[in-house]
Parts: sequence; C-alpha cells; structure tokens
Amino acid sequence: MAHVVKASAVGSGLVRAQLSWRSLAAIAAGAIAVTAVLVATTPLQGLVGSVLVAAVLYILAQTVASGLVEGRRAAINRLATSIVVACTCAAVVPLVAVLGFTIVRGSSVLNGSFLTHTMRGVAEQDPYGGIYHAIIGTLEQVGLATLLAVPFGLLVAIYLVEYKNGRLGRAVSFFVDVMTGLPSIVAGLFIFALWILALGRSFSGFAGSLALTILMLPTVVRSAEEMLKVVPDSLREGSYALGLPKWVTVVRVVLPTALAGIVTGVMLAIARVTGETAPLLVTVFGNTGLNWNPFAGAQASLPLFVFGEAGLPNETAINRAWAAALVLILIVLLLNIIARAITRFVSFRR
Amino acid sequence: MDERERTESSTVRASASVDRNRIARSALSSSGQSLKTSGARPEEVHRRSHRRADAIFRMLALGSGATLLAVMAAIAVFLALQAIPALNANTTNFFTTLGWSPDSIPSSFGIAALAFGSLLTSLLALVISVPVAVGVALATGYYAPRWLARPLTYVVDLLAAVPSVVFGLWGLIYLVPSIVGPSEFLNHYFGFIPLFGTNGTYGKSIFAASVVLAVMVIPIVAAISREVFVQTPRDHIEAAWAIGATKWEVVRTAILPYGRSGVISGTVLGFGRAVGETIAVALVLSANYEISFHILQPGGNTIAANIANRYGEAAAIGRGALIASGLVLFVITLIVNFGARAIVHRSVRKAA
Repeated sequence: MAHVVKASAVGSGLVRAQLSWRSLAAIAAGAIAVTAVLVATTPLQGLVGSVLVAAVLYILAQTVASGLVEGRRAAINRLATSIVVACTCAAVVPLVAVLGFTIVRGSSVLNGSFLTHTMRGVAEQDPYGGIYHAIIGTLEQVGLATLLAVPFGLLVAIYLVEYKNGRLGRAVSFFVDVMTGLPSIVAGLFIFALWILALGRSFSGFAGSLALTILMLPTVVRSAEEMLKVVPDSLREGSYALGLPKWVTVVRVVLPTALAGIVTGVMLAIARVTGETAPLLVTVFGNTGLNWNPFAGAQASLPLFVFGEAGLPNETAINRAWAAALVLILIVLLLNIIARAITRFVSFRR
Repeated sequence: MDERERTESSTVRASASVDRNRIARSALSSSGQSLKTSGARPEEVHRRSHRRADAIFRMLALGSGATLLAVMAAIAVFLALQAIPALNANTTNFFTTLGWSPDSIPSSFGIAALAFGSLLTSLLALVISVPVAVGVALATGYYAPRWLARPLTYVVDLLAAVPSVVFGLWGLIYLVPSIVGPSEFLNHYFGFIPLFGTNGTYGKSIFAASVVLAVMVIPIVAAISREVFVQTPRDHIEAAWAIGATKWEVVRTAILPYGRSGVISGTVLGFGRAVGETIAVALVLSANYEISFHILQPGGNTIAANIANRYGEAAAIGRGALIASGLVLFVITLIVNFGARAIVHRSVRKAA
C-alpha cells in the first residue's frame, strides 16, 4: 500500500525518488572494489584497516548519492543512521576481541594441571605452574568480603528505606552515591594506611577483603534499597495491623519479599569485586605459594596473578596470564549470568 | 489484649486464601510460638522484649548508616595522616615537581606530571568514547529493532563486567603492537599538529592507554545516556514525526535535547572511572615523568598507574608519597562526583 502511494506520489512531486536497495548494493560493491584496489596499490594493509576504509567509503558514497537523488535531509538521515550503526560496531568489536583473544590464548594453556598446581618454585620461563593458590586466595578474599558487605549493606539499605530521617538520612544516601565513584586503588590505599601502617598488621587476604568490602558496599546498598522500596506498603501495614513489631515486619515480611532482587544485586557486586586488582595489590601483595590462612601473611589472587604474569617478558608467563584471565572471565560472567537468571526467573513467575 | 491478639490471629487463619498475607501470617505464627515458650506472663515479656528488640534493630540500622559516613571520613583522615610524614620529608614542591624519587636522599617527588597524565588520558578517552557511547545509546534505545536491542544492551553491559586487568592484558599484548600502524599514519599526515608529533617511536603511548580506557568507559556513558533517552516524552517524538521530520531530525530535535543532562552526567561519571583506573593503564603505559603532549610516542603516566608500578619497591617515605598521590586522586574523584550530582540535580529541577 505504502509503496503504491510512493510510486504514484513521485510523479506528483510530493515525494522525492528514493534509493533502491539495488543502488545501495551497487554502492557497497563499489566501495569494496575501491578498497581492493587501494590494498593492491597503496601501503594499506590488514583486515581491520581494509574494513574501516571500505566502511568509510560506503558511507560517504551513500550520502552523496542520497543527496543527489533524495535530497539533503534524507542524505543527512542516512548518514546519521550509518554513524549509529558504526558506533555500535565500534563498541561491540572490542568486547568480541577481548573475549575472543582470551578464549583462544587461554584455552591453549588451561588444563587440569594448571588448575591444581601453584607457582612455588616455578621460574618465569618454565611452561608449567598453575593458579591453584590464586583461586583459593580469590575465593577466600571475595567470600570474606561478601560476609562483611552483605549484612552491613543490607542494614544501611534498611535504614535508608525504613528509618531514614532528616539530615543524617540525606547524608548517608548522598555518600553511598559518592562511594560508587571511589577509585578502587584509593580503597586499597585506605586499608593499607589504616590496617597495615596505623594498626601494624601484616599483608593478608583479610586486609584485601576489607578493601573489597568498601567497593561492594555501594552496589549492595543501592540494589537492596531499590528492591526494598518497591515492596508495597500494604504488606507492611498488614503486618503492623496484626500487631507485629517493626523489626519482625522488616525481617520476616519486607526482606523475604525483596529477596530475589537483593540476591541479584549481591551477585553483581561479587562479580564486580572478583575482578578488582588494584586494591589487592596494596593489601594482599601476592604470593607464589599456597596460603590457606586469609588472616596472616600475603596471599595470591587471580587478578593479581594475571597482573604479575602479564608484566613479565617471557612468552610462558604471558600464556599463564591469558589462561588465568580466562578463568577469571568465566567466573565473572557466570556470576553475571546467574544474577540475571534470578531476575528473569522471578519476574517471569510474577 | 491477649484475647484480641488471639482473635486477630484466628481472623488471619480464616482469610488464609489471601495470598498477600502469606508471609505476614507465617511471621505471626512463629512469633506466636515464641510467645508460648516464654514463660509465666507471656504477653508482658513478649511486648517488652519486642520493644527492646525494636530499639536494638533501629540502632543497628542507624549505626550502619553512621558507620558508612565514618568510613568515608576515615578514608580522608587516614590517607592524610599517612601522607604527612612523606610530604614533610619532600624537599621540593609537591604540586609542581615532575619526578618521583621519594626514597632517595634528598627526597623529591611531585604530582604535576602524574596529574597531567591522568587528566590527558581521561579526557582523550572521553573524546573517543562519548560519541561512540551516544551512538550505542541511540541504537539500543531507538534505532535497533526490538529483537536486537535487548541482546545489544546485554552485550554492552557485559563489556562493563570484564575485569580491568583483562583489558590491560589485551591492551598490552594486542592493542599496543597494532596501534603502531595508525599512529604512524597520524604522524605522517597530521604530524604538523603538535599532538601527533613524535620522536619516531610508537607503541606504549598515552594514545594506546586512552583507547583502552575508552573501551572501558563506553558502557557507563552508554547505559546512563540510554536511560535518559528512553524517558523522552512520547509527545515530543510523535510531534516531530507529525511535522514530517526524518528519523535523525526526531533524534536531533526531541531526543538529544531532552537527554543532554544524561549524556553530561554519564560523561562526568565516565571521567571518574577513567581517572581512577589503575591496572589497565599500568600495564599499557611505559612510565616516565614528563609533561608531553606527544600522545603517540611512548611515555606518560597517571596517578593511579604510578601507585601500582612503584608500590612494590617503595620504602617508608615512598609509601607515604604514594598515599599522598592517592589522596589527590581521592579529592579529584570527589570533585568530579559532586559535579556530576549537581548537574543531574539542576537538570532534574529544570525539567520539573
């Protein structure tokens, strides 16, 4: 119907002619052909560069053709659409590149032995060694941080939703926002200054957990706060009407209702801090051997392991870095997917 | 009182079909159990203990909120306390000195080159990432068909979840070698612009670090911009369509003006992320302590990367010096965050 109208309207001068998909395909073919000629005759090399040049040529030619046939406004519209598509590709390509390189490079080293051995006595240029100690360290540090941050964060969220009043409430709410922007290295330096320099403790996994707790807090508070807010007041009023005190109402009525959303927020917070490197560098310090005790002595961790091996000049070390990065990404992505699955499952049930 | 409670409880049992009361009912029945087990005058003890429990719970919540404020204050206080001895030992001006040798005698270190590098890399990262991120936000909010928009949003969110050390590794192993070609191109054709001048070497440059940071900032700016874009009133968009606007004209006249505050606050928050990013920059940059606008040649440094690179070797004064630089970073991010909130606040008030 629309096509018929357009076809008849072109003659009447109300609607201008439009570029057909055939002419667009011809422009694309021309762009590719010109790029091929450029690759053959000029120093232009490589897949990325060629694709870039072809894309730019296509967009330019399409805009010019559109300007001639369809008019200035349509040409600008086409140009804008092309740029939006190009921007999206520019954002997605790095993700694919990072994930792709990590999977390809990492999976060539990753095996059972890599997961069950430590780096004790392994020299940089040796091909063996593993990340057992780093996995143990990361699990302990992130686990302790979760144990600290979740109750603390939940209580802050409960305060903000159920008890918030006056200036203190506004200040807490504001500083949760500010805390979101706190650089992770500053959180690490703070624990270093407080725990290690001022209190005279040693480097330990627990010191790292304290730094990670600071980084987890705002995420836990914000997500829990959002979830507690959407619990309908009628539930609270119903509970009060039955004579239940406020704290039982919060613990037995409000929290269970918001549980799924809170768990999602906690999972995302765990995923965020699992990949943190900088705060651990100044609090946990790193270790080539296995240290089961998170409360005394330097420990290893996966992000620290990747950072340490990546800085070495040997190909064997770089390979280990990729394999550990692959394990790290798998853990983080798994946590993200679980978090989203919880949200989807719960919203589906409703 | 006792009787009333019992009748209430039985009323609830009678209305068991009301699903909403399910949780409240289970909570009540369990507290009813504790009432039975608590001794001679159960309802008295029960009420008093509940009042005390209520007060304790309230104090717990209030205390947690106050503790959070105390933590923020403690960050500033303890960083300052540990920085003071090093700043006293420093024989040169902390704000204007370029080098970083706090543990040598006489001790000399300064934030000038580091702060310059932090600002330059972050600003370049924003120059690269903000247009791309706005494009992504428009694509996921308006251009992409529904079946594509959702996975696309998901993919961009995943980009934010990748640990920074992995971006650093990727930047070091793949980006640094492959950025040599484009750098030579820029230098060859645009070398007359001082920004693109070099000493003939390429690779671990400010430019490479900025590209890595840009990739890491895109999801933040895109997510915040998109949130605001999709809130554009339907009326504005339909009105634009109705007077015959093309899609781009709809975007330009209705969506972009409405979403400007979102783009700005996203940009400012992205700046905060970029300026605090440590590990990725530490891996990609080859550190020196000069102020240079030649973004294509190796060199440059940032406050955060300097902490990661120099921490292992630092002695007492050196650690204090690094903490002092961390305090500067903390202050910068505080200012940036305050700025972002102020902008959001003002634009919200303007819209209202």
